[in-house]
Amino acid sequence: MTDSDFGFNEQPIEVKGLTRKFRKKTALDNVDLSVSRGRVLGLVGENGAGKTTLIKHIMGLLRAQLGSVRIFGINPVKDPVGVLCRIGYLSEDRDIPHWMRVDELMNYTRAFYPDWDVSYAGELLKIFRLDPSAKVKQLSRGQQARAALLTALAYRPHLLLLDEPSSGLDPVVRRDILGAIIRTVADEGRTVLFSSHLLEEVERVADDVAMIHEGKIVMCDSLENIKESHHSITLRFPEIHSEKPDFPGAISVEGKDQEWTILCNGNLDELSAKAKAIGCEIYQDIPPTLEDIFVAYVGVDRSALREVE
Amino acid sequence: MRLHISTKDGIPIYQQIVTQIKHMVASGRLAPGTIMPPIRTLAEQLIINPNTVARAYKELESAGIFTSRQGSGTRVAEKGSPLEYSERLQVMDQLLEGLLVEANQLDFSVEDIIELIRQKNNSFGISERGNNKND
Repeated sequence: MTDSDFGFNEQPIEVKGLTRKFRKKTALDNVDLSVSRGRVLGLVGENGAGKTTLIKHIMGLLRAQLGSVRIFGINPVKDPVGVLCRIGYLSEDRDIPHWMRVDELMNYTRAFYPDWDVSYAGELLKIFRLDPSAKVKQLSRGQQARAALLTALAYRPHLLLLDEPSSGLDPVVRRDILGAIIRTVADEGRTVLFSSHLLEEVERVADDVAMIHEGKIVMCDSLENIKESHHSITLRFPEIHSEKPDFPGAISVEGKDQEWTILCNGNLDELSAKAKAIGCEIYQDIPPTLEDIFVAYVGVDRSALREVE
Repeated sequence: MRLHISTKDGIPIYQQIVTQIKHMVASGRLAPGTIMPPIRTLAEQLIINPNTVARAYKELESAGIFTSRQGSGTRVAEKGSPLEYSERLQVMDQLLEGLLVEANQLDFSVEDIIELIRQKNNSFGISERGNNKND
């Protein structure tokens, strides 16, 4: 396929006002999301926040009840073939046919994708150290994930969608998966969306970050802007301050007595002026991690963001 | 060249690369003229976004630590900084201010600091600099 093909110059992902209800539960609430060509977007949220539902809409597996979804300018429900042939997809449970051998799986998948690149598939087989004659069901969990990833990458999709790609996998396999994301975007003009609850991974590989909580996008910006605009400042009051200080624009407030730590955004001069106005001073300013920022926005338990190594 | 990337302390990743490379160049572990790995290679090695590596390289270039020429890749610059004296002085001034504040807190005299600087410089294995700097 050449770059002049229909749709290639369109925005890879353009979601507007998307709302989805399952019975009475609102899974997605007026979601806007736009991903530009050549970017890696990290979609961050707890389990049940709406990440998978959003990805299913992008794939055209769910129809928009309200709002619109356009993938390279195409409605994925109306033209599933036109969209799916451009997308490489890895689901959280990596459901690939278990009864096949790895080489059979490759031939089977190849039949669906005219752009399947035989030499690239062979290269991936080597990189992932996969045995073509092994049965999928006899592979370890990590090798199954690598086999599934191979079938999602070998036709060099314009858009790679990975739903919690590293959940439940050991660090070595996770490294392969992250490496595949990096090679994909380094390959001119490819776009990646991956969902994760591992903020460390997102901080390493994402260009842009969207945080989703209870079906709403609570923040979406470039990682660079997010990191530069947020501060974790510690305020010191001259006397004991038993109530939470009312700091304008605070996203989270923690502490006690004379010292309170505030996560907020803005430049330091503005923040200093705000501190003065409530009778205290900033005595420490620490750059927050992406995890600190996420926790401040959605108020989750940090243990939910850890994977056992 | 081994870089260590951490996402635990909130420091932007590009900044970590810039700081570590500056340190390697200052301490002589990265010699002038060394060819740097291409952006893509370093990104894959460190498992970080290629744009992050590109940003770090760009900063190192504008700081005069790297030079890049079409076709021959990125190298560690031969010597000296292309910045104006006043700009260099400004950077040093900020660093000195931080150093003096900390030293005062920790009860070190100016003489102590000068001696410590001399010892540190000797351990870096670079000879006294300071000629051709007063342009």
